[in-house]
Formats: sequence, C-alpha cells, structure tokens
Amino acid sequence: MTGSNRPLSPHLQVYRLPLTGILSITHRGTGVLLTMGLCLLAYGLWMLAEGEESYLAFQSVVDSVLGRIILYSWVIGLFFHFCHGIRHLIWDLGSGFLKQHMNLLAVFEIILMIVLTITAFVFSLG
Amino acid sequence: MEIKTPLAKVRSFGSVTSCVVHWWYQRITAIALIPLSLWFGFALMSLPGAGYGEVVEWIQRPWNTLALVVFIMLSFYHAILGLQVVLEDYVHTEWMQTKSILATKLVLISIALLMLFAVLKVAFTG
Repeated sequence: MTGSNRPLSPHLQVYRLPLTGILSITHRGTGVLLTMGLCLLAYGLWMLAEGEESYLAFQSVVDSVLGRIILYSWVIGLFFHFCHGIRHLIWDLGSGFLKQHMNLLAVFEIILMIVLTITAFVFSLG
Repeated sequence: MEIKTPLAKVRSFGSVTSCVVHWWYQRITAIALIPLSLWFGFALMSLPGAGYGEVVEWIQRPWNTLALVVFIMLSFYHAILGLQVVLEDYVHTEWMQTKSILATKLVLISIALLMLFAVLKVAFTG
C-alpha cells in the first residue's frame, strides 16, 4: 500500500459512510430490532391477558431503568424508522434524488425524529 | 421428450410478479402504518407508569382495540416482508436462506396471533 495513489475499494473498514449511508443501514437495523421489540410487547400483552398479578410482574420490569431504556429505545427506533420510511416513500414517488436534496432530507428526518421523541415524551408526562 | 411447458418449469420458483407484489405490499403497509405507528409510539411512552386497570381500560376502548388489531396485523406483515429482504441479502446458502425465511414467517405469524388473541381477550373479558 505504501506510496500508492491507487483508489481504494470502498470497503467498510476503510470507507467512512456518508450520512445517507449511515441512515440507510440504521433503517435496516431498526427494522430488525423493532421486530424483536414487537415480540417483547407480545409477551407483555400476554402477561396482561393472564391477569393483574402477572401484569404487575411484567410492569415492574418495564418500570425499571433497563426496562425504560429498552422501551424508550424502541420508540425512538420506531420514530427513526417512521421518518426514514417516509423518505423512502418520497423516493418511490421519484423525487428527492439530487445530492443536496438527499443531505437536506437526511438532516430533516433526524430533526423530525428528535421532535417526535420529545413530543411523545412530554405527552406521556401529562 | 420434454413434457413440461416452460411455464410449468418456472412456476413455484417465484416470479417477477411476486417481487413486484412484495415491493408493493411493503409500501401499502408502510403508508397504512404512518398514522398507526405514530399513535402507537405516543401511547407506548406512557406504559412504564400505567397500572393494570389503566392499561385494560385503554385497550377496551373500541377505537383502541380496533387500532391495535390493525396495527399488529400490519406491523407483523411489514416486518415479515422486511426481514425477508434482510435474509435474502445476507444469507447466501440457498437452503439456509429459504428455511430461515420460512422459519421467520412461522415464528412471526405465531407471535402475531398470540398478540391478537391477548388483545381481544383483554378487550372482551378484561
């Protein structure tokens, strides 16, 4: 490799993904994680259907620090997947493909995700 | 002599049509999930502090029951379509790919049915 100016193959170990690329793989990752979270929610609903006692056991886990981290992460993941999903729908309509539009949309979807998360959190308090 | 027609040979191997249908259903479920996932994300934020009676009462409200049922069906369908693409991209051994897709479908459909049963049980019997 020494002294060579030959272009490197954009392999993940030597290539820093652009923002749009990071968001793209995050969309996939959140999709998989959201599915796993749905299965946890199914378990919770099952506990709820079993009756008050089993629900309270589940609820004490949800109310713990770890439980809250998992729950809030799931909702943040959902809002990310939501925002990036809408971008995919915009792309499907055939627009938003120019480089400057892509970067603008990428920033916009991150802002929307943060706004949604904060709004939902404030909403849950009162 | 070859008895089978070319059409009979390619049948059940998956056709271009099934790919289009897959793509299309992923978009349809995505669009339907826009209002539902927002609603669900907001509602879920309140779960850590919610007691048994509160959650049961919330699920028993007719619109919530209906929205939950539709959300579960659409999100699991959307998840199956998405995970199928992920498995198609990353599992390269053919038998493992087809079997893992099949297993994913079986597991997720079972969990979705359990979840629906739990929601309806809570909604109708408390």
